[in-house]
This record gives sequence, structure tokens and C-alpha cells, in this order.
Amino acid sequence: MSIKYAETEPRTGTTEKYVGQAIDRVDGPAKTTGEARYAAEYPYPGLAYAALVHATIPHGRITGIDTAEALAVRGVIDVLTHQNTRPMKPAPKVSFLDLSTLVAGTSVNYLATDEVLWNGQPVAVVVAETPETARYAASLVRPSYEELPAAVDLAAEQGNAVPQKGNLISEAEATKGDAPAALAAAPYKVDLTFTTPPHNHNAIEPHATTAVWDGDRLTVHEATQNITWTRKHLAQRFEVPERNVRVLSPYVGGGFGGKGSVWAGTLLAVLAARATGRPVRLALTREGVYHTVGGRTGSIQRVALGAGADGKLTAVLHTTVSRTGRSGGNGEPITAGTRHLYAAPNIHLRQSTVRLDLLANTFMRAPGESIGTFALESAVDELAWELGLDPVELRLLNEPDRDPVGGQRLAHRRLREAYALGAERFGWRERDPRAGAMRDGRWLVGMGVATAYHPSLRMPANVTIRLNADGTAVVRCGLQEMGMGTATVLGQMAADELGVPLASVRVEYGDSDLPVAPGAGGSTQTASAAAGVQDAAAKLKRTLLGLVRRSPGSPLRGRKPDEVEARDGGLYAGAAGQTYAEILAAAGRDHVEVESKAGMLGFMARTLRERRRWVRAATGAQFCEVRVDPDTMEVRVSRWLGVFDVGTVINARTAASQLRGGIVMGIGMALSEQTLIDHRNGRIMNASLAEYHVPVHADIPRIDVHCLNEPDSGMPLGLRGVGEVSITGAAAAVANAVRHATGKRVLDLPITLDKLL
Amino acid sequence: MRPFAYVKAADVDEAVRAATGPGVKFLGGGTNLVDLMREGIERPDTVVDVTGLPFDTIEELPSGGLRIGALVRNSALAADARVRTRYPMVSQALLSGASAQLRNMATVGGNLLQRTRCPYFYDHASACNKREPGAGCDALGGFNRSTAILGVSEHCIAAHPSDLCVALAALDAIVEVRGQDGTRRVPMADFHRLPGDTPDIETALAPGELVTAVELPPAPAAANSRYRKVRDRASYAFALVSVAAALEVRDGAITDVRLALGGVAPKPWRATEAERLLLGGPADEGAFRRAAEAELASATTRDGNAFKARLAVATITATLRELGGTAR
Amino acid sequence: MTEIRMKVNGSVESLDVEPWVSLLDALRERLGLTGPKKGCDQGACGACTVLADGVRINACLALAVQYDGREITTIEGVTHPLQEAFVRNDGLQCGYCTPGQLCSAIGMLAEYEAGMPSAVTGSHGLDDAEIRERMSGNLCRCGAYNGIVDAIKEVSG
Ligand SMILES: Cc1cc2nc3c(=O)[nH]c(=O)nc-3n(C[C@H](O)[C@H](O)[C@H](O)COP(=O)(O)OP(=O)(O)OC[C@H]3O[C@@H](n4cnc5c(N)ncnc54)[C@H](O)[C@@H]3O)c2cc1C
Ligand code: FES
Repeated sequence: MSIKYAETEPRTGTTEKYVGQAIDRVDGPAKTTGEARYAAEYPYPGLAYAALVHATIPHGRITGIDTAEALAVRGVIDVLTHQNTRPMKPAPKVSFLDLSTLVAGTSVNYLATDEVLWNGQPVAVVVAETPETARYAASLVRPSYEELPAAVDLAAEQGNAVPQKGNLISEAEATKGDAPAALAAAPYKVDLTFTTPPHNHNAIEPHATTAVWDGDRLTVHEATQNITWTRKHLAQRFEVPERNVRVLSPYVGGGFGGKGSVWAGTLLAVLAARATGRPVRLALTREGVYHTVGGRTGSIQRVALGAGADGKLTAVLHTTVSRTGRSGGNGEPITAGTRHLYAAPNIHLRQSTVRLDLLANTFMRAPGESIGTFALESAVDELAWELGLDPVELRLLNEPDRDPVGGQRLAHRRLREAYALGAERFGWRERDPRAGAMRDGRWLVGMGVATAYHPSLRMPANVTIRLNADGTAVVRCGLQEMGMGTATVLGQMAADELGVPLASVRVEYGDSDLPVAPGAGGSTQTASAAAGVQDAAAKLKRTLLGLVRRSPGSPLRGRKPDEVEARDGGLYAGAAGQTYAEILAAAGRDHVEVESKAGMLGFMARTLRERRRWVRAATGAQFCEVRVDPDTMEVRVSRWLGVFDVGTVINARTAASQLRGGIVMGIGMALSEQTLIDHRNGRIMNASLAEYHVPVHADIPRIDVHCLNEPDSGMPLGLRGVGEVSITGAAAAVANAVRHATGKRVLDLPITLDKLL
Repeated sequence: MRPFAYVKAADVDEAVRAATGPGVKFLGGGTNLVDLMREGIERPDTVVDVTGLPFDTIEELPSGGLRIGALVRNSALAADARVRTRYPMVSQALLSGASAQLRNMATVGGNLLQRTRCPYFYDHASACNKREPGAGCDALGGFNRSTAILGVSEHCIAAHPSDLCVALAALDAIVEVRGQDGTRRVPMADFHRLPGDTPDIETALAPGELVTAVELPPAPAAANSRYRKVRDRASYAFALVSVAAALEVRDGAITDVRLALGGVAPKPWRATEAERLLLGGPADEGAFRRAAEAELASATTRDGNAFKARLAVATITATLRELGGTAR
Repeated sequence: MTEIRMKVNGSVESLDVEPWVSLLDALRERLGLTGPKKGCDQGACGACTVLADGVRINACLALAVQYDGREITTIEGVTHPLQEAFVRNDGLQCGYCTPGQLCSAIGMLAEYEAGMPSAVTGSHGLDDAEIRERMSGNLCRCGAYNGIVDAIKEVSG
């Protein structure tokens, strides 16, 4: 898929780089004219429409499915059930040798089993000539069940939780010193139990798949954050060679982790297309998204902190219980922030999970850290009240020099600077430290702070660069663009590396036929792509220097790569050089193409080695001001400032938008968002955007974000991912501001007014 | 959606005639009916579109009141200058509801007839006596934070969702209804019904009866009125509690007061007990609070919605306090 | 099937629809106009916002038959300075809510010009609070709200 660039000024000279500028997003015009097409918007001749039938029990067996009434509806092509459908291959077992095995959202082999593992599991698919017919007929399919006992209530089941296992990049526990004893002995302490509810991503685009078989070749237009693994997974499940599967996803209407795995809708669209011999589109209903795409786990978290009268922490305890599902899901790094944020001689961290008869949980923006920092940063704030210390000061007092648990060095940690700048810009000094003392008319005013923390990672990404004789370039990389600005920053980075105008670079992404890149997750895309682009550009330089070896007149002949600079549309050694067009013309080539390939194993080994020496993270200081109505206790966020250390900012505009977006979601998490799961039967009772309250325009004030913008020398181009850090700490900043305004500490999210009345 | 026949009524007689027999629904803006049909909760055989009928004007009544056609859009009613000066609470109630897009579509008639947002009513897999008489009520032991605390029965605790209707109840509006046998006028207080043991019967309308207009009687006190809505977001959410209040104070004594509540009852709840206590008494915070508490004394609360009683008292008190500032 | 005629983005379209087809599905599936988006199909997100005779509505809760004879504008038929302002102010990320935000903003500006009030209308003109309240029928999960408000202010001011 190619994209058009917004008008950008051509640039000359070496000093002006695109990286670091606030450049309009390149897909802006397509998205503001309606030209951008999403997964459910590809017309095909003979297209049929599928709709899902969802189980209405949490656990049990299907004893029969009456499809007669549905089949009798005019326009129904077929009703697929486990009784009449050729099964897919089961999902492969998870293996760290093939990371794509992680992409299965659940372990269920849909329509190949009579087992029901959660309330809402798809048990039949109706395929019809129109979407209306499919949906109506789906409501007429009548499954019957034999119900089995189900455990769906996290609070009731927490006693059955078992310690979570750590993995290569995230540990699940830590013990240093004797934290319980130190806590008992501490003169100042807090010991609090927090709960956070389940959340759903609620990307405005519901998941959708358009699946087209041509013999044993499969094309899938898919709303996904992970084209590469989706392709491999589909190839495995439908038993065709991977090269026969093409996953196209140039525009994705929001993901936030929800589109990072392969869920039922994708598989069933492909299955329905195979079963009916028709191209099939399956666009989930909003309720269908809740029933088939996992969400964020709820959690129960104990945070206990002990400190001396000087404010220095002596004990840090953080233990958590979250849940997975009978059909899959994973524990989250809920204590990750606690592991790295505060110096203390005694630390105890433990994460546990319990399996429930609910849909598998999945990643949602900053899985673990977002809810973990709510508990930790609320507790730190409460300790500041205990100590009578300013909460900013308390944090700075306990800022570590080395990693508190592992003792590694902290790579480029700038939290002190973030707090200093934030406090000044936000007017923190004007804060009256007493609770309930600040007013604006009748409104109670409160100010709160919290620390944001998200690890900085990257993954290998392959990139090809094709340089054409006219000096234009095509950069290909199988990344996904869900609005983060990926396409724009890829172009900026490539234009700089090649020394050509941005308008001369075309970027291709969102297509599984392109060079393999990581899925969009863990805030890794930009850093991964940066390394790939740098590698490919270096390779291109070497290739071109190879070409000029055969052109006697070239001033570049015999030059070594590090003597040569890519700029002004060519390669130059000092003032002497040639344009790309000249180099290619002299060599009689109409283009050259190079590919950077990053080996997975070597990459992993390097990453692990580095992790033993360094701890690296994007961090930030979140400042929030709330107003609380003293009669009704309605809370409104009135002001926000976030100061972030994310290394080099590639594009100030898109980065700020990412950071704001995380804060907006954090405000939702703080004040209104929760997925309501009925404890009697595991049914989601607010599976709609009218009842699951994501923030609306009126809930969101002006959000000031500021980036320190100092390169992290350990990362490609000095950058760290910006996608997730800003949701961390956000809910705590709100809770702390509410505490300041009202004197009330709310331990259970969301902070709805009933908890303050 | 279950297939149905669509009829666009050319005049009111045709509309009423087309609505004889079971399985007929009138269509206004469609913002509630279309949603419920898509969910399979409403399953009409025939839908009679009434938006072509000439009930889209707001007229002066000789009495000094206003007659609002049933097809006036919510946005138009909210913007009407007469409504804004004489009955500000009506305009405010409308503007606090739904979204601008929905208000541009929704009609006054449809707003009166919109159905509850109780999650168990919307969910087919749950038991709901309103959706399926005799099935039971899963809201009783389930998520009932949004449900009602006044006028409920053991068969149903669903709250009425309309904002407009709360203001209309406070103003003693009269609903003009047209049926086979001609026109009748139903006071707002009698228009919506409490659930009792038939929560599926929600209004006094007989099958096939069409709402043609709503009359607002003159109410000088309403010039000093206010609609206050408390909810989980700053906008675009249904009320947890809402208060429509009008207050007239002379020489320190309350000479007229209108008070109705939303979000707390299966129908727009006229707070007659509170009004009775307030009338003739002082316009001070203590009086406001005592009256509010008396009104809420009969509340039947559950775990999820117990806060509504406190919230209602606080909201009534605050709203009257604001109105009390403009003694006349 | 009922035959309806609508003027869509300036050209007259006649199509046969069953009465249960929504205006949104008629536009997206029958006329290939996929600019209006389906985010909830319940009137709860605003992504399907189109203009009917210049008035913003949610196409998902509108039956197509009810709009026989009407003039419909989708984002494909819009040429408005707001579009560039959205890009300049980064009033979008994934872009899925964007057509709805744009159509809604156009309708909103017309409503404001016509003197229609909002729940927060006071004496301060079309300020941030006014814009936010009037645009609250359009959810943006990416959280591009600040940019959207800025874009609208830039064009209206
Ligand atoms: C996401 C969302 C949020 C909302 N938020 C709010 C809110 O905060 N506050 C609020 O008050 N409302 C809210 N609403 C509800 C909205 O106000 C109603 O849907 C609307 O008022 C109904 O009017 P309508 O003309 O569209 O009715 P329709 O949907 O056309 O009809 C509704 C019912 O009324 C009947 N009917 C229509 N006209 C007549 C008539 N003239 N005579 C007899 N019967 C008739 C219909 O048969 C149907 O049963 C919300 C709706 C949505 C979708
Ligand atoms: S831009 Fe993604 S939902 Fe608004």
C-alpha cells in the first residue's frame, strides 16, 4: 500500500533534519477525506457477510444447535456450527522458539468443539447475502447447553491464585532484605489494598476481517496490530504455505493491544469463506468485540510502604492478584514499576494469577504498569500525607542511583529533571498542602502528581530501501499504523538517513508481503524501525560505494563508508560527491535495492546481555488538577501537565498526540471506565459504548505535554517508544488530586462519585 | 432486524388507522426504536413513520402556555426562545440529554416513549420482566447502580431514562393523545406507570394511540427554573440522578415550587412530598434538605444504588439553593 | 423493497432498500461510501455522523427509507477548511472517528451560527468548553480531543 505525503517543503543542506520536527502526519489527507479504507471496507464481487452467535453460559457443553429458523430466512447462505464444519487445525502450542505462537488470542478451536469456556464464546456463524440478514438470522440460532460450574469472580477466587512465572523480559517477583520485618518496624507506613476493574480497549473501529480464498491462496483485509504473526497463524490453522497468505492492514482504526492477537472473528471469517466458497466479511458488533476480544484483567493489589522520619523508604511491598482465562491469557507485569522506581533496602514483590471461566485476558495499553502504577503511586502519595511531606519531594528523596532490585545501572534516567520542570510549569508551589483547602468558587480544587514508567524495548525489524535513478526512494517495512504516526516517522527517519527530501520518500507498510517487522506492541515499533532504517541506509551506502568503484571519474571512488555522508540527494565526501541519480546513471542502473535483516537469535542474546547491565525505561512526571463538586462529588479534570523523558522525539506532533492519548485513556481509567462482569454468570453487562464510559470531549481539558528530548545513547537515534508511558501514573495522579481536594483516598477504580459521597 | 412493513403516514387519520391491530410501532426519530429493533427487543410487524405529520410546531396557547407538537425535534425545542425564557428547565433538560446528533433526530413523542436503559432489559441472555413478562428480574441481584429506588416493585427496578420528561413532570404538562376514538388529554403524572406486577406496561397509552402534542401550562415560577443532571461523564451519559426544579420566593417564603427527579424511579418522579413541605416555608438550605430527605424516605435501595438516595438529597438541595438566590 | 431517491454528495441516487436497512448501511454497503464509519451501530459513538440537509445526525439509527427525498452529505462530499486544520493540529490518530468528527464539526458550526444553545452556553462565545460540549457526541478513543478542539477553533475564529 502506498500513501501520499502531505505537502512538505523540500530541504537542502545537511543541518536541517526531518527527525525532531513537528511534521503533519502523512496519512492525514486520506483520513480526513474518507479515502482511507479500513478492513471492512473492501468490496468484492459475491461478497457474503458473516455474523456470530455467542454462548450465553460461562462454562459447559453445547448439547444441540437448532438452526432451522435461521436457515429459513431468505438470503441466508449457511449456518456453520461444530456439527457441520470442517475444523481448522488447533492453535499451535506456545513456544519461545516461534514467537508467532503467542498470537492466538485463545486456545479454543472454534466450531470444532462443543465445549464452552466463557460467556460470549462464538458457537455458530451465520453467512448471508446482506449484513442485516446475517445479524438477524444469528439471533434465531438456538443453541442448548449443559451447564458446568464456573468461577468468574476475581475477588472470590483470589485465594486460588498461584504465583506467576516470569519470562525473559519481565520478572514476576523479587525479594530483597526482609520487607515484612522492615515494614513492621517502620515509624511511618501505609498498607493499602487497591482494586482495579477489568477494562476493554474500545478502539472505535470494531474488529473486522474481509477474507478471500483463491484456491489455496488467502487474502485477508484485517484490523490487526500484527500482520506477520497473523499471517503465520492463519497459514498454520488453515494448512496452507505461509507465502500463500497475505494480510493487508494499511489502516487500523485503533488497537491499544486489542488487535495484537488473532481472535475468533478473524479465524471464523476465513473459515466461513472456505466453507461457503465466497469472499466473506465479518465485522464484529460492538457487543461482539466485548465477547470475543479479551480485555485488561482486573486486579487486587496490596502496596505497603515503610519509611523513616526522614522520608527514606525502608520497606516496599507490592503483591498482586490478577486473572487469566480458562482458554488463555497471561499474567501482567503489574509490579514492574515498583521494581524500578524507588530505592529501598527491603523489597518484596509478587504477582499471582488465578484462572477464571472468562474470556482470555490480553494486553491493553501498558499492560501491568498502567494498573500497577495506580496502586504504587497512590500509596506513595498516601505515605507523603502520613509523613507530612510534599509528594514531589518524597519521590525525589527516594530516587535511586541504581536499580533497586537488580542493581543494574539506570540508563539515562531523568525523573528529577522531569519533576523539576513539571513542578515549575504546573505551578506546584501554589498548591496549598492541606486537604480540601483550595477552592474555585464552590468547586473543591485538588492537585496530584504521580510517576510514569514504562520499559523501553525494541525488536528486530527488516527494512528494504529501493533507490530509484530519479533520486526517489521506496522504504518497505511490515509495520502497522494505527494512528501512532508510524508511517510518518518512518519517512522522516529514512529521508534523513538517505539525505533526500521527505517528498521523495515513499513508505510502504501494513502488508505481510513486506519485510518482516514486529507487531505494534510494547512501544517498540519506532525504535525497531529506526535501527532497521539505519542498517538499510548503511548497506545502501556500501552498495553505492561498490558501484562507483567501476566509474573512473567518480569523486567517491575508493572512499570508505565512514568518510562519506548522505545528504542533498547523494553521497558526499566533504564538498565532493555525486547525487544518487548520477551514481546510478554512471552504473547504468535504474535502481538499487538493499535489505537489512536482523537475526532474531543474535538480537535476543544481545538484548538479554544488555538487560543484565542496564535498566532502560521511558519515564515521566504527571501533574493533574481536579475540581470536585462539593454537593454531588462529581470529579472533573481541569488541568494536566505531563513531562516525559522519551529520549529523542522524532516527530513532536505525533509524539505529543500519543502521549495525550495515553493520558486521556488514563483519565478514563481513573474516573469512569470499567467492564461490568456479572458474578453470577460471567456475562459482560455493559458491552456497549453507551454504558462503558470512555472519556468524551467534555471530560478532557487541555493537556500540556512536554518532552525533555535528550537522546538516549543506548537506543537507535536516541529514541524510546512513546505509546504507553503516559497512561502509567495517570490514574494515580487523578486519585491523588482527588485525595487533595476531598481528603478521601479512593482505593478502588474507577473513582465514581458514589465512592466520594 | 426482524423484517417489517414500513408505512409512511400521510395524515394523522392514516397513522391511527394503520396502527390498529397488534405489532404496530410508530416511528419518530428512530433513535430508540431502531436500536431496540436491531437488538431484537422491539419486534414490530409494521412500522408507521409519523415524521411526515404536521405536528412539528410550537404554538402559544390562549392560557399563556405552549403547545408543542409531538414531532418537534429535541434540538428545536431546546432552542426555542419562548421555552428558554419561560421554561428554562425544559431546554436545559433536553440539552443535557444524549448528543447533538441524537437531539437533531429525536422527537418529543419518541422521547416520552423511550424505554429503559437497564442493562438486563437490553441483554437477551438475562431475565427481564419488562422484556419478557414472568421471566424474572436479574437486575435485583445484579448490577443495579443505574436502577431506580423510588416507586419500584419486586418485579422491576428499571429507571426511566428521559431527561425531558422530568421537566415535563415538574411542569404538570399534559400529553395530547389521538386514538381511534378521538383525542384525549393525559396529565403527565398519569402518562407513565409504575411497574407493579406488570412492568411491561409502561404508559397510559392504549395500543395504537399516537402522541400528537404536549402542552405546557403557564407557570410563572418556571422562569426561575433549572435542570441539574448528575452522571458518570461530563456529557453524553444518562442521569444517575437529575433534578428539575422551579422556585418562587416572596418575602422569604416559598410561594411556588416544582420539583421532579430523574434517574431514581421507573417514571419521571414528581417530588410531591418535598413540594408540600416546602410550600409556604422558608427558602433556606435546612428546609431544602429536610424536604429532600422526606421525599427520599420511602426509597428502596440495593447495594449498587443506595448512593442515589444521598445523591438525590444533595442534588435537590444544591439545585434549590441555586434557585433560591434569585428571590422574586 | 422500497425505492428511495436521495441526493448524496450532490448526485441523485436511487436505490432499492428493505425497510430495515439503515442509512449507514445503505451508504456504506450499497453506495460504497465508506467514509461514514460504523463504530457501535447504537448511536453511542458518533463515527457514523453525516449531514442530512445540512443537519448532523447519526446514520446508524436512521432507517434509509425515512430519508427518501433528502440530501445527504458524507465526508466524501465535504470540502472544508476543517479538513486541513485537522491535519495541521493533529486532530486525528487512527482516523476512524475522523469523518464523523468532521461532519459533526461542520454541523456544529452551523448550529452555533444559528444561535442554538448547548448545555454550557454562557456569554463567552465558542470557547473550548462550548466546543467540547457540542462535540461530545463524537468519541475519539485515540484521544485526539485537544487537536480537534484546536482545529475547530482555528477555523471558526
Ligand atoms: C447513545 C444514546 C444516549 C442517549 N442519552 C439520552 C439522555 O442522556 N437523556 C435522554 O433523555 N435521552 C437519551 N437518549 C434517548 C433519546 O432521547 C431517545 O432515543 C429519543 O428521545 C427518542 O425519540 P425518537 O423520536 O428518536 O423516538 P423513536 O425511537 O422513533 O421512538 C421511540 C418510541 O416512541 C414511540 N413513538 C415515537 N413517536 C411517537 C408518537 N408520536 N406517539 C406515540 N408513540 C411514539 C415509538 O413507537 C417507540 O416506541 C439517548 C439515546 C442514545 C441512543
Ligand atoms: S482518531 Fe482514532 S478514534 Fe479518533
